[in-house]
Amino acid sequence: MAQPKASVITDKMRAEIGVESEPVTFEVDNTACRMFARAVGYTDPIYFDEQYAKSKGYRGIPAPVGFLGHVVYNPNEPQRLGGYVRTDTPFKRLLNGGTDIEYFESVCAGDVLTATSKLIDLSEREGRLGPMLVTVTESTYRNQDGKLVARARGTGIQY
Amino acid sequence: MSGQLYFEDISQGQEVTTLTQHCDSQRLVYWAAGSGDFYQIHYDKDFAQRTGLPDRIVHGALKHALLGRMLHEWVGAQGSVKRVACQYRGMDMVDKDVICKGAITGKRSENGENLVDLEIWTETPDGQKTTPGTATVALPSRS
Repeated sequence: MAQPKASVITDKMRAEIGVESEPVTFEVDNTACRMFARAVGYTDPIYFDEQYAKSKGYRGIPAPVGFLGHVVYNPNEPQRLGGYVRTDTPFKRLLNGGTDIEYFESVCAGDVLTATSKLIDLSEREGRLGPMLVTVTESTYRNQDGKLVARARGTGIQY
Repeated sequence: MSGQLYFEDISQGQEVTTLTQHCDSQRLVYWAAGSGDFYQIHYDKDFAQRTGLPDRIVHGALKHALLGRMLHEWVGAQGSVKRVACQYRGMDMVDKDVICKGAITGKRSENGENLVDLEIWTETPDGQKTTPGTATVALPSRS
């Protein structure tokens, strides 16, 4: 029988599973919703015309699928990577392995979301690029009223 | 978008209207700005090649968002997208079409909502499935 390969997953990394991050604030505004919608090629006026969106029963321009606001960028503060927990590993490169977003409430321009993230799974795989560490991070987004609006799971591949 | 789709009118195996989006470098720059993902492998060819890629690649999250747009346009104004999940198994290169497809795998009613479960994926122009996934949408009822 082949010797099992040494694992890169340490007890310290395993101990990070389930630990909630500090909350991160995401802003959702008109311009950002429009820019996101434009990037994805939407033509539905609900994503561009606030009055039209309201006439269709939305509180404001809705956030297109996949858009949960932008992290507030401030070069004077440490960079906040929303929705992603960096574990200390020997790998240098990162690929996006997958995205899973579940919605519970609508998200519209004007909303301010607060997300906390936690690592929920760690596994190792031997891929085309050599040994890989696969991380799954879960982020929970709540709006300004404290309502759960979305749960996002992101898969990261480090190699 | 054409007309409203109703829960009663759909059945297992039925296909979602295909969405094709050409992803040139301008599209990827729009996405970088729209999403806030400024990783250079998506818009700087020299940078991408230095990391070992043949050229710039389409952002995974853009493919997720395109699958979301396909579903939004398919469900109509009274429908809504509840969940979109996909895995980035293969790379899509710049200057190619990303072809989004889907098929119904089941229907159920839960907490007063009419839910439809789907298999979704993206294909390259030569038919390779690069982004398999699943989704759930809610549709209005005729009754």
